[in-house]
This record gives sequence, structure tokens and C-alpha cells, in this order.
Amino acid sequence: MEIQKDLTIMGSNKNKSAAEKTAQSVFTVSALIAVMAVASITIYMIINGTPALFQVGADKLLFGTKWAPGALEPSYGILYIILTSLIGTTLAVLLGVPMGVLTAVFLSEMASKRVAAIVKPAVELLAGIPSVIYGLLGLMILNPLMYKLEMKLFMGSETHRFTGGANLISAVIVLAIMILPTVINISQSAIQAVPIHMRAASEALGASKIQTIFKVVLPAAKSGIITAVVLGVGRAIGEAMAISLVSGSAVNLPLPFNSVRFLTTAIVSEMGYAADTHRQVLFTIGLVLFAFIMFINISLTRILKKGEHNHD
Amino acid sequence: MFIMGSFIGCGKQKVTAAGEESQSTDAIQGEGKGNISMSGSTSMEKLANALAESFMAAHPGVTVTAEFTGSSAGVEAVMAGNVDIGNSSRALKESEKETGAVENIVAIDGIAVVVDPTNTVKTLTKQQLIDIYQGKIRYWHEIGGSNFPVVVIGREAGSGTRNAFEEILGIRDSCFYASELDSTGTVMAKVASVPGAIGYVSLDVINNTVSTVALDGVEPTAENIKAGSYLLSRPFVMATKGEIGEQNKLIQEFFNYLGTEEGKAIISGVGLIIPD
Repeated sequence: MEIQKDLTIMGSNKNKSAAEKTAQSVFTVSALIAVMAVASITIYMIINGTPALFQVGADKLLFGTKWAPGALEPSYGILYIILTSLIGTTLAVLLGVPMGVLTAVFLSEMASKRVAAIVKPAVELLAGIPSVIYGLLGLMILNPLMYKLEMKLFMGSETHRFTGGANLISAVIVLAIMILPTVINISQSAIQAVPIHMRAASEALGASKIQTIFKVVLPAAKSGIITAVVLGVGRAIGEAMAISLVSGSAVNLPLPFNSVRFLTTAIVSEMGYAADTHRQVLFTIGLVLFAFIMFINISLTRILKKGEHNHD
Repeated sequence: MFIMGSFIGCGKQKVTAAGEESQSTDAIQGEGKGNISMSGSTSMEKLANALAESFMAAHPGVTVTAEFTGSSAGVEAVMAGNVDIGNSSRALKESEKETGAVENIVAIDGIAVVVDPTNTVKTLTKQQLIDIYQGKIRYWHEIGGSNFPVVVIGREAGSGTRNAFEEILGIRDSCFYASELDSTGTVMAKVASVPGAIGYVSLDVINNTVSTVALDGVEPTAENIKAGSYLLSRPFVMATKGEIGEQNKLIQEFFNYLGTEEGKAIISGVGLIIPD
């Protein structure tokens, strides 16, 4: 009896260790694939993105303002494209973040259960809508409105180039709406994570609900909200489909009523026919975008680490 | 050497033409096997690929390869004997013809200028069109139209239609676009929906959501383009070194194929006009 028991234990131990080992290698391989993907993308972007920097000249490429890749003497300045992405994203964040954070406050602090039961799923639905739909709506609704506004403002102008409503403002509004779900969801969980006793203490000291929200809850949820902002920036700067439909895609200085081209749309719109240096410059644009996104991610990790530190 | 060169690398007929050397052109011509290579205009990519595909389907054992390096490079390659056919999306230059290149026009590409349906301007002169695209004319009332501003729509850099349009008008890269869109469909949609918009598209996609504009009084129709009176058109040339009759059987067969109903269907299928 005992011997048999020993044997079974021995046997199951063996099986167990085999299963453990298999599982471990499966996990390791999965993890390696993700790491390899990141590493190969990074290497690929650098290998493909750098030749043009030398061919064209880094200063001419990054700080040149004339984008004429098809000209007899081609010119590959992407400064306006970089500026458009930076300014467009900044404006979208300035517009979208306050809206998103206030919505999150409303959902977690003010809304009755019934209202929250309607608003919360609506926000989640917003996150699931494909970006091309945002673009189409912008094209059908925003652009004609912008065109009307443009005609009111610039009619008779001898210097303004009419865009038909496809301009920076349209792109910014679409981007601001697109980052809303990210900002709302993450800020809301941050706000809900603020311990109830902090609110109770504040209210017990005589602070009103609004005072409590702005003086106690939001400062306590700061690191979560910053995370929301950074992720929003990441979403906005990487978006291509929606803004390619509404921004006009001509390379111009990013002024509100100018037709503009973002880093992402610059790649998308010309990859089809580009060849030689032109194609390599598109890869360089990709590399610039990649650098921006890496920068955003690294700062996000820093913020999160700092946040953890504060909690300790 | 030129003919031989084009058949090197065809491994198949080693099996089919037993006992013969793989480079033996006679065996290949007799059995309709071999390889046709072409290179040249990027604008002709759609046409060349469609023709290559269908010709290969109709002639099993034949390989048609196409590279897209630009019209001038294509004509140079055929004259150097590197390829069998040089694709050129412009008429051959006199200097090219002098070296012995023969201009075989296989199709004609027409570009229509379109405006939104409410626009009252029905005809433009070449100069007016240039001024519009260079941003000198900013309102339609300057040329007898309504009070709307001119919204200049075009294609992205590298597009064949844009290259052709700017080259024919002589305004290469001096245009100011309000929108640079990356497909014919989006240009059509944008022009149709924005009052005051003007754009250019391939002739074959025209429908009643937009109005076409006559240039110097000539309507963009297939007849006018064939007659050569419409400004915005260009020939698609498949240049050969010497007349078609001097080429090997396979290449002659390829050009015959272009004249068949099937060949014509492919040419008009990619939006081109068949020359008379």
C-alpha cells in the first residue's frame, strides 16, 4: 500500500515537473516574442529611417519647410509636419483632457446610479468605435461647418487659401473626441481609488462637495490623471485614419484654418507611390513618430514609478 | 543577344523542349513559352500589371515581368537590350526615335477637370486652369462664376495622375493645394461635397456627382481625346527596339493580344482609352 502510494507521488511529481517545465518554456517563448517584436521594430525603424537623414541631411530634413518630393529638385523638409503633430496633439489634449477629467468626476462623484448607468456604457462604446468612423463623421459634419465659418471669416481675403473646411481645427476636434474614452476611463479609476475616508474627512471639516473634489479628490488622484493624459497624448499622436480624412493633408504651417498634414498621415498618404529617397524619407518620418511615442512611453513609466513612490 | 537575354532563366522549356538548349529561341517561339520583360513608367503600373496577369493566364508557360522605373529609364532599357518592352507614359522624343525606338501607342490616358455640380463655370482656358492651381485665381467670380472661393483639390506627391496633370500644364510642383488626397475616390467625394471645389481625376471615373469642365472649349470625351484636341491627355507607349514585326513571335503575340477583345477589355478596365 505504502509503496504504491510512494510510486504515485513519485509519478505525479515527475508529471508535475514536466508540466511546469513546459509551461515555463511556453511562457518564456511568449514573453520573448513580445520583446523580439519591440526589438525588431526598433531596429527596423532605425535601419530604414536613418539613411535618408544622411542622404538629405538631417538639418534640411528635420528643419526644412518645403515638402516637394516629386519636384525635379526634390525637397524633403518635414518641419511643418512635425509642428503639426506637436501642435495638433497639444491642442487636442488641452481640449479633451479637461472634458474627460470632468466627465470622470461627474461619473464617480456626482452622477446618480441611474445616470451613471447610461453615461458609463456610452463612454465605453465611444472607445470601441473604429477611428475611420470618427473621420467620416468629421468629414460629413465638421468640415462643412468649418467651411461655412471659413467663408464668414476670410471671404474677400486675397491671401487666405480656402480649404473647404479641411483644416487643423477639424483635426483637433476629432482627436479631442477620440482621446476622451481613454482619459475618462483611466481618470475615473484613479478617482475611485481615492479612499472614502479622505472625502469624509474633508466634508467633516465643512468643505463643500465641489471643494472636496477639487482640493482633495483630484490632487489625490493626480498620478492616475497624469497617466490618462499621457496615454491620451499617445493615442492622439499615433492616430492616422481619422485625421487623414478631415485635415486636408497639404503640408502647411499649422494655423487654425490651414490644411495640414500630420506625421502619421504623411506616411499613409504617400507610401503607395513613393520610391527611392522619397520612400526612405517616409521611413524617417516614421522614425520621428516612433521617437515621439517612445519618449511618451518612457515619461509615462517614470510618472508611474514616481506615483508608486509617493504612495509609500 | 537581346532576344537571347530575354529568355535566359526560363527553366520550364528544358523539360518541354527536350534535347534542346534552354536558350534556343526557335523552340520557344514554336511553343509559345518564354519570358517577356518590360520596364518603365510608374503611371503605367496598373496597365502593365493587368496585361501581364491576363497574358500569362491566356498563355501558360509564359512569364511577363514588369518593373517601374520611369518613362525615360524604360526607353533606355529597351534600347540597351535589357528588356523587351519599354513603357513610356509620354510620346517618345525625337532623340529616342532616332536611336531606333518605335512608338507603339497602346492606350491613351485622359484627365478630366471636375467641379462641384452647382458651379456655373463650364469652361476654362489653359491659362485660367494654371492660375487656379497656382493660387492666382482665388474666387470663382474672377472668371465669371459664383461668389464661392476656389478650393483647390489635388492628389498626393507621387501620384501618376498628379504628375501627368502638372507636367502637361507645365506647373510641376508649383501648385498650391488645399487638400492633397490619396485616392481618386476621395477627390471625387470632396469635389462633389464642397461648393467651389475643383479637382482632377482620371476620365473613366466621372459620374453625375460632379461636373466636368471643358478646356479651351473642348469637352473631355473619348472622341476628343482620340482626335488629340483635348489638352489633358497623354499616350501610353510600349516602345520596342525596331518595329513590332522585327520582334520575336512571343512579343508579336503580346502586341496582337492587345488588339483582341480581351486585351481591349483590360485596357478600358484600368480606365484608359483605346487608340484607333
